[in-house]
Amino acid sequence: MDVITDREPANALSRRRFLCRSGLGLGALAANLLARDDNMLARGDTVRAAPSATNDAAGEAEIEPRLPQRVKRVIYLFQSGAPSQLDLFENKPRLASMRGVELPDSVRQGQRLTTMTSGQKNFPIADSLFKFARHGKHGTWISELLPHTAKLADELCIIRSMTTEAINHDPAITFSQTGSQLAGRPSLGSWVAYGLGTENQDLPAFVVLLSRGTGKPGDQPLYDRLWASGFLPSKYQGVKLRRGNDPVLYLANPTGCSPAIRRQMLDDLKALNQLKHDAVGDPEILTRIAQYELAFRMQSSVPDLADIADEPAHVLRDYGPEVEKGGTYARNCLLARRLAERGVRFIQLYHMGWDQHGNLPNDIRGQCRDTDQPTAALLKDLRQRGLLDDTLIVWGGEFGRTVYSQGELTATNYGRDHHPRCFTMWLAGGPVRGGLDYGQTDDFSYNIVDKPVELFDLNATLLHLLGVDHTRLTYKFQGRDFRVTDVHGRVLHEVLA
Amino acid sequence: MVNRWHSFGVVAMLFVAGWGQKSVSNAAPVDFSREVRPILADKCLRCHGPDDAARKAELRLDTEAGVRQAFAGGDLATSEAWQRIQSSDSDLHMPPADSGKVLKPAELDVLQRWMESGAAWSGHWAFARVRRPELPAVDRQDWPRNDLDRFVLARLEKEKLAPSPEATRETLIRRLSLDLTGLPPTLAEVDEFVRDHDTDAYQHVVDRLLRSPHYGERMAVEWLDAARYADTNGYQNDFDRSMWPWRDWVIAAFNDRMPFDQFVVEQLAGDLLPNPSQSQRVATGFNRNHRTVTEAGSIDEEWRVENVIDRVETTGTVFLGLTVGCARCHDHKYDPIAQREFYQLYSYFNSVNEVGVFTEKVGNSLPIERLLSAADKLRLETLDRKLADSRKEFERLRGDLPKVIEAWQAAAPSASSLASPATPVLVVPLAENANATNAVGEVIVAKEAATSLPAFVEGTLGKAASFEGKQAIEFGQAVRIERDRAFSCVVWVRPAEGGAIVSKMDDSQATRGLDVLVKPDGKLEVHLIHAWPKAAIKVVSKALLPRDVWSHLAVTFDGSSRAAGVSVYINGEPVSAETAADTLTGSIETDQPLRIGMRSNSQHFRGRLRDLRFYACALAQGEVTAALRSALATLTVSEALSDATKRSELERLYENLPGTELHQSKGAVQSLELEKKQLVDAAPTVMVMEDLLKPREAFVLSRGRYDMPDRKQPVQPNVPAFLPHLPDGAPANRLTLARWIVSPENPLTARVVVNRLWAQFFGTGLVATTENFGVQAEPPSNPALLDWLADELVRQNWNLQAIQKLIVTSATYRQSSAASAELTARDVGNRLLARGPRVRLPAEIVRDNALAVSGLLARKVGGPSVKPYQPEGVWVDLGGAAQRVYQQDHGENLYRRSMYTYRRRTIPHPAMTTFDAPSWEICQVKRLNTNTPLQALALLNDTTYVEAARKLAERVLTEGGASPTERVALAFRLATARRPTDAEVTALMAGYSRYRKNFSDDPAAAKELLKHGESPVPGNLDATELAAYMAVSSVILNLDETITKE
Repeated sequence: MDVITDREPANALSRRRFLCRSGLGLGALAANLLARDDNMLARGDTVRAAPSATNDAAGEAEIEPRLPQRVKRVIYLFQSGAPSQLDLFENKPRLASMRGVELPDSVRQGQRLTTMTSGQKNFPIADSLFKFARHGKHGTWISELLPHTAKLADELCIIRSMTTEAINHDPAITFSQTGSQLAGRPSLGSWVAYGLGTENQDLPAFVVLLSRGTGKPGDQPLYDRLWASGFLPSKYQGVKLRRGNDPVLYLANPTGCSPAIRRQMLDDLKALNQLKHDAVGDPEILTRIAQYELAFRMQSSVPDLADIADEPAHVLRDYGPEVEKGGTYARNCLLARRLAERGVRFIQLYHMGWDQHGNLPNDIRGQCRDTDQPTAALLKDLRQRGLLDDTLIVWGGEFGRTVYSQGELTATNYGRDHHPRCFTMWLAGGPVRGGLDYGQTDDFSYNIVDKPVELFDLNATLLHLLGVDHTRLTYKFQGRDFRVTDVHGRVLHEVLA
Repeated sequence: MVNRWHSFGVVAMLFVAGWGQKSVSNAAPVDFSREVRPILADKCLRCHGPDDAARKAELRLDTEAGVRQAFAGGDLATSEAWQRIQSSDSDLHMPPADSGKVLKPAELDVLQRWMESGAAWSGHWAFARVRRPELPAVDRQDWPRNDLDRFVLARLEKEKLAPSPEATRETLIRRLSLDLTGLPPTLAEVDEFVRDHDTDAYQHVVDRLLRSPHYGERMAVEWLDAARYADTNGYQNDFDRSMWPWRDWVIAAFNDRMPFDQFVVEQLAGDLLPNPSQSQRVATGFNRNHRTVTEAGSIDEEWRVENVIDRVETTGTVFLGLTVGCARCHDHKYDPIAQREFYQLYSYFNSVNEVGVFTEKVGNSLPIERLLSAADKLRLETLDRKLADSRKEFERLRGDLPKVIEAWQAAAPSASSLASPATPVLVVPLAENANATNAVGEVIVAKEAATSLPAFVEGTLGKAASFEGKQAIEFGQAVRIERDRAFSCVVWVRPAEGGAIVSKMDDSQATRGLDVLVKPDGKLEVHLIHAWPKAAIKVVSKALLPRDVWSHLAVTFDGSSRAAGVSVYINGEPVSAETAADTLTGSIETDQPLRIGMRSNSQHFRGRLRDLRFYACALAQGEVTAALRSALATLTVSEALSDATKRSELERLYENLPGTELHQSKGAVQSLELEKKQLVDAAPTVMVMEDLLKPREAFVLSRGRYDMPDRKQPVQPNVPAFLPHLPDGAPANRLTLARWIVSPENPLTARVVVNRLWAQFFGTGLVATTENFGVQAEPPSNPALLDWLADELVRQNWNLQAIQKLIVTSATYRQSSAASAELTARDVGNRLLARGPRVRLPAEIVRDNALAVSGLLARKVGGPSVKPYQPEGVWVDLGGAAQRVYQQDHGENLYRRSMYTYRRRTIPHPAMTTFDAPSWEICQVKRLNTNTPLQALALLNDTTYVEAARKLAERVLTEGGASPTERVALAFRLATARRPTDAEVTALMAGYSRYRKNFSDDPAAAKELLKHGESPVPGNLDATELAAYMAVSSVILNLDETITKE
């Protein structure tokens, strides 16, 4: 056996090169896309078995066996900065009578604190200022801050026992989105694009949308690494969809260059590149020709996606007034639906502004105003279009917040520090069991008392729903098979119907 | 059973041959190290490898004994391993189903043939000491140009392949120029080389390029990736840092042909060399390039440990090609590195004099090296001399002080006889109580504002009022303030955190009124406000009131309603102030009382006050000085103080008396000190390595966690036991480690380095897994060549250029990169080297090439990073609290080489990322090379490339001869170094005619298109023509060939 033939290190390039030679025409190549192309080519290979994917489009990763695909895509509504579970989902009535009382050591159990509060002399319990009520058939507790979400309680599986490793934002968000606190690993969306490809010929498989909260406008920054492809090929990185005229970087022709001229240029370019290919035989040139054609198609498919003029008034109304403004969470929720309709595999929203160390009651109102109605509208919209059945929605942030007040506790004000030990997330869509409360924390929402769920478990479940065993989605790097779940992860079968 | 597998394997191999190559020769002996070990490593070592904790069934397949035992010396019938592999019983079958590993038929075939030939064992190829291989025999004696070629040719002859013909001279000079300088050749250089038929012509080009100042820049590109070099600290708010002096050190080291062993020693341990030069200390910035945490609330030890671990992982990858990081939490699964050995390496890097979290710190973190230019150093020497003289003079005058004071005290007039500059309208002594006296000596009883009156506490100026942020005093309408009324306010102040010293202001009425307040940073602010911010005066002192020290403060206002009418004096001297608002119209009167210690509802003062006086006129400077003298005379220095303290307090006050010789002398010293500080502060710094005097203790960290040091397992610096040992008695420090890394006995370093060099030229290393030479590595495609080059590198005293010369002058390198369909199919990745390299350019060079071709490139080497064009809002989209705006540069900085583009790790420049540049967050020694639509969009639409197309069009219009055919041919030649073929000219001309027609139909579009980019458009060129050539040029800059090294 020769090293040259058998041990291509996950080398898509060589497969692509080989298959080009094997006679796939330009048309087939042009149909390839970002995450898709290698797979298309791979399936032209008569020697290798086609991946037993249940879906028409499968990614580059060799994953066998494939599992039944329960959802086709994921919309991840990431609430950056860490929303307070104690003010949104965790009804802890005992706290009312303990207001201002020192958090007992028996609860704290010596858990580490950030250095923002580790020097604090007192840890006074701050019960939530907000009222909770039961919602839906199962009587799930949800705070008055989320009236729209509450109406959809029967769609949600609320996981109250999430836990994470990191205690500060940067490592915690990075951990949540890549499975490691340190930089360098591929993001969840990149893994999915690599594993499953996309269904759409004209859009990337992994799209990212950002919005800034009104609750705390100068909050945590975000980082490109959260949607980067790490050691996976960079074509799997998330493509940021931006507000304004150039939704994808460098998408618009320079002013003065009409579409007609651009088309002529691309035709000339294609002819010249083809001549070059005829002369030197490098199949990479054919791929380049195809990528220019795809770029050209994206110049119409992306603006078409971003232009919401065709949305009926009642739909816009559902998402709330902010939907009219580009770059808002409401607009991004609507775009998420449009992306879902178009078969984009992984749609990642980030809404900043949840880091409420002080002035929480006021700031959280702003954040909920931004997000509650659009989130609910998105679920409803997907449901009405029959898309919720094969779309997984994930809602949540990077960790929870402390039951004790950071800074002074007054009658109308308090703050909460980071709390990695427990927090709340919810899932909806696909076979997720709506109206289910999963896991439980103690009376202080400080420790988990039942069914802890790690982010690895969540990610394993997400891949499972997409039809991939998380232990099989691997990529060899530095001599090791890497996984998004590392050596962890348990599929949460209990939350699935 | 065995047979069924076997025949299936052969059938599969025949199929695989389609995308591989010839069918496998069953006669070929199986090489354990290259063929069998990789299979065992991939399928078995997770459970049967070096990790004691993970090992199943006490079986090791990473040792000779274990392999012999399991494979029974090749006896298929008695080998337990073979039986298990063949077993259909799922409980017995290996690898087990839940491992996710399956032995492929081809792998089974290898194992079986290996066993049949005796199951010989040998060590891992990369861990064996490099032995210089014999030069192989070859048939075609005329082809090799040097010994390197014999290794390549021998392999090709074995494969029955012929090498490709030599590339054209145009292709060769472009290939060489891009490879050795990262820039395309000029047409003059191309022409000269094409014409030069001297046998040494090629060698001359190589020598010229190796001497170019751009050689160091090209070589630095990969090294900067490996060293995770960037311009920001990389976490959360991702603040600026300055490591570019280290980057420039790297460029200079390459340009100076520094031997690689020295290059390693200086970067890992330059600070530990005897009498290290500044350059050697700067070199150690290598291991400070890692990211550093500034996020508030982070735990110091957690992130200090991560710094150290990053250094170990980077050092392991870059120099040894080992994934040592795998042994952070447990013994390595594949390579013989125990967890304990990881922490032995860790302890080399654990003693840096650093902290783990620099909360919200912008800029470099200690330890740092400050870099003064030669001119700066000269200036500094002069300043130091002057300063010494000034200080001497000051000390001389100060020595006379006791006598001067004595005389002065003796002659001091009594308080009443002092010629007061003017009569104050209000005097508040603030010594015994809060009461005041007015101009006629009536006592005004103070009213408590806020919660209480201040306490009167003993201090250096006797008793004074102490404000804790909750006290204030009110005096009703004791003074009148209006915008056309002059006033002065004089007071002794000793601020703690500051706040309003005095006010007559109404917070609830758009802060109408007057206040004098000290900001937390010590600046003094004076407000005269009708309605903030529309009608107001605001003046801010540039000088600071020092904390917890008494200063004499005077604020005067001339009633002009203008900011210029406000003056501020500190210790009797006027201080310069900035005007922050100067729009006062309308009355500033309020019915609020005059308050000391706060505004009506805010700016509570913290600190001490003494002897506040109000005047109904603007004191002149002389009067302020007189007021100070008068104040000094009336102040009693606390009786409670010792005589010595009293004296020193008096001396300090006297020193500050303006107009005296001593005061002038002190001023001279201070201004020289300031000048010196400014000079030093302006010099760039770079973070460097510097160890604590006493090394930090290091322990094995259980599960790799910072908070779980295993106190029972302290570790000392040492290297992994499977590699050559350290010399006896060598000090346990980084210098020893660095020297060990480049010792000739080390089997890894030279192999790893020549492999990376090879990858620079051929796109893929001889070992494709550039980042890993452990047992999971891909075996070398030409092991003898790898070892021969490694040996050659050491023989040539680690002279990298010697190896590079060998490579680029070889026949192998000089081959044409064109490939037939058969050759492409046979060897997709060009691992057999039957043709020359054809590789897309690295991100930086894609852009540099376009800039050079169009004539825009600025060739300056080194210096701080620059900010070229970047789409608007890229930083704003992500920035949170650390909102920073991308301040795009102008002029030359728009056209610097891309390696100087500012590297913000959390938001790298999108044009770089699009072409596979890393984010420089962690060490990376190999870039992937992708081909995406986003690259097409960038090359078509990014201002950089649109402008480059315009400048290229200008060039061909002015330099390209008279006919359009000549002009398009010139543009093509500039971009590719070769003349276009007839077919290419036809295609280019057809395009040109259509664009020309288009733009003459729509001249406005042409004008619009020419606007892109900041470089000027020459007025003498026809816009339609220029736009048409611009479109042609853009097509040419987008050609696959333009962005590819052929």
